[in-house]
Amino acid sequence: MSEKTEPNAPRGWLYRAWDSDVSYSFRTSPVAISAGLVAVIIILMAIFAPWLAPYDPYDPSSLDLMDGFTPPMEPNAFTGNVYWLGTDNQGRDIFSTILYGARISLFVGFAAVVFAMVLGIAAGLAAGYRGGWLDSLLMRVADVQLSFPSILIALLIFGVARGFIPPAYRETMAIWVLIVAIGLSDWVQYARVVRGATMVEKNKEYVQAARVIGAHPFKILVRHILPNVMGPVLVIATIGLALAIIAEATLSFLGVGVPPTQPSLGTLIRIGQQYLFSGEWWILLFPAVTLLALALAVNLLGDWLRDALNPRLR
Amino acid sequence: MSDVLLKVEGLTRYFDVSKPWLNRVIEREDRQFLTATADVNFEIRRGETFALVGESGSGKSTIAKMIVGLLEPSAGRITFDDQEMNFASGAAMRTLRRRFQMIFQDPYASLNPRWHVGDIIAEPIRTFGLASGNAISREVGRLLDTVGLSASDAGKFPHEFSGGQRQRIAIARALSSRPEFIVCDEPTSALDVSVQAQILNLMRDLQDEFGLTYLLISHDLSVVRHMSNRIGVLYLGRLVEVADGKTLFTHPRHPYSRMLLDAVPDLTLSGRRRRQVEGEIPNPINPPPGCAFHPRCPHAFDRCRQEIPQPVDADGSLAACFAVEEGRI
Repeated sequence: MSEKTEPNAPRGWLYRAWDSDVSYSFRTSPVAISAGLVAVIIILMAIFAPWLAPYDPYDPSSLDLMDGFTPPMEPNAFTGNVYWLGTDNQGRDIFSTILYGARISLFVGFAAVVFAMVLGIAAGLAAGYRGGWLDSLLMRVADVQLSFPSILIALLIFGVARGFIPPAYRETMAIWVLIVAIGLSDWVQYARVVRGATMVEKNKEYVQAARVIGAHPFKILVRHILPNVMGPVLVIATIGLALAIIAEATLSFLGVGVPPTQPSLGTLIRIGQQYLFSGEWWILLFPAVTLLALALAVNLLGDWLRDALNPRLR
Repeated sequence: MSDVLLKVEGLTRYFDVSKPWLNRVIEREDRQFLTATADVNFEIRRGETFALVGESGSGKSTIAKMIVGLLEPSAGRITFDDQEMNFASGAAMRTLRRRFQMIFQDPYASLNPRWHVGDIIAEPIRTFGLASGNAISREVGRLLDTVGLSASDAGKFPHEFSGGQRQRIAIARALSSRPEFIVCDEPTSALDVSVQAQILNLMRDLQDEFGLTYLLISHDLSVVRHMSNRIGVLYLGRLVEVADGKTLFTHPRHPYSRMLLDAVPDLTLSGRRRRQVEGEIPNPINPPPGCAFHPRCPHAFDRCRQEIPQPVDADGSLAACFAVEEGRI
C-alpha cells in the first residue's frame, strides 16, 4: 500500500455494500452462505437450462416412448440410451425436465411475488396513509381472504379464469393465470405489514415537514414512506418466494397448473407419484429433492434476512 | 404591508374521540369531543418572537399545527400577511406556503433516515421550484454553512449526526424556501442543555440576519424568556394571558401565570421559596364549567365557576381572569 486512504473518504457503492452490516452478517453466517449457494446454483441452472440440458423436453418430436422408465445411469432395455437421472413415462430425460421445470417454478414464483408485492404495497400504503373508510374496506377484504387457505383461493381464481379464457388460449395463458392466482391469494400479508408500518411512519415529523411545504400525497408516499417500510416487505417477499414456489408446485400437482406439455417441478412430482409403488422411484425423487432444496434454501435466506434487518436482534 | 404578520382569530379545534360506531350503539354512549383549543386570538408582529407556553395538553402544538396547515381548524380564521389561509385551495396556498416553515421537536424523527442530508435540505427548494441543477447544491452548501455545518455534509445520512447537528439540518431545511415566518415547536426540548443554548443562539442570529418572525412553542420558561418578545400563556386550550416578555416575568397577572413562574427553579439562590404547581390539568374531554382554571385557582369565586372570562387589558397585558378584571389581585 503506497497510498494511505483517509478513514472517512467516500468510496464506491460496491465497497459500501461489502462493508455494510447486512453483508457482514451474511459473510459470518454459514447457513446463509450455503443456502445462498444452493439457491444461486439452482437459479443459474434454471436460467441456462437451454444450454445445460442435454435434451429438450418441450420438443415432442425428440421423445421416444421406447425410452420411457429408464432407470438412472442404466442403459435402456430397448434402445440402450443412458440417462443421468433416468426418464419418465414418456421417455423425457428427468435431468433436462428438472432444469426446465425449475425455470417455470422460479419464474412463476418470482412473478407471483412481485405481483402480490405491488398489489399489497399499494393497498397497504393507501389504507395506512388515507385511513378511514378506505382502510376499513381494504382490511375487511383482507380479513375475509385470510379466513380461507390461500391455496383454495388460488384454486378458485384459477377455475374462474379458465372459465373466462377461450379454450384456444388456455395453454398459453395458463402460466399467467397461475401467477395472478398465486399473487392474488398472497397480497394480504404485504398489505398488512405495509399498512402497519405506514401508520407509524406517517405521523413521524419528517412526513409532517413534507406536508407543511405542500408536497403531493403521492410523492410523500413514494419518496418518504415507501423506502422506510421496505425492510419488512423484503423479508416477507423472500419467504413468500418459497411459499409461491410451493404453491405453484401444489397447483401443478393437483393438475390445475401449467399444461402437461411444459412440466414444472410440481407436474413432475405428480407424474412420479403415480409410478412410485411400481418401482420407478426416480421420477418422483429427483424433482422432489430439487423442489425441497430450492424452497429450503430460499426460506433459510428469508430467515437470515429477517434477523439481519431486524435492529432489535443485533 | 401591515405590521401584523400573522393573525389568529377565534381558533378552535375539536377532536372526535368517540368510540367506534358499533361500540357506541351497543354501549349506548354519545359521541365524545375533546376541545384542544377554544377561541384563541393573538397577533404576531413582523420580526418578533411570539411564544406560547403551557403545560402538556394545553393545546400548544395543536395551534402550531393548525397554523402550518397540518390540522384543519374546527372554527376560526388564520390570516397571514392580510391573506386568509385556506389550505383547501391549492394554487393560492402554494405561494403562501413558501413563506412559512416549521421546525420540529424531535430531530431524530424530523429527518427522513433514508435521505441524504443534501436532499432533505433541498426538498423545499425542489418542491417550490426555487432553483434547479447545480444551483440547488450550491444553495444547500450555503445553507449548511449558515447553520454552522460544512457543505461536504450534504452527502451524509442523518444518522451520522448528533442531535444538535440534526436540529441544525432541520433549521437549514426550514430556511431553504426563504421563509419570513417559522413555527418552532419545542425546538430544543429533545436536546442536551449544553446544545440547547447553541441552537437558540443560532435561531436568534438567523432572525437578525434574515428578519424572521418566530412562533415559539415551549414549556421551558427559561427558553421562552431568552427568546421571546411577547408571550401567550395557554391553559386547557385557552389563552389566559398575553403580555410582553418582561412584563410577564416581572408582573404576571393571571393566577396561572403566577403559579407557573413560582415553580421555576431559583438558580440565583435568592432564598425564594419555590412553590409547586398544584393540581393537574383537567381532562379536556370534560373541562370544568366557567373558567377552566378555577379548581386549581387560589382566588376562585362564584363567578369563575359559571362564566368563561374574556381577556381584558390590565396594565399592558391581556389577562382572562375575573379576579384581575375586578381588581382583586
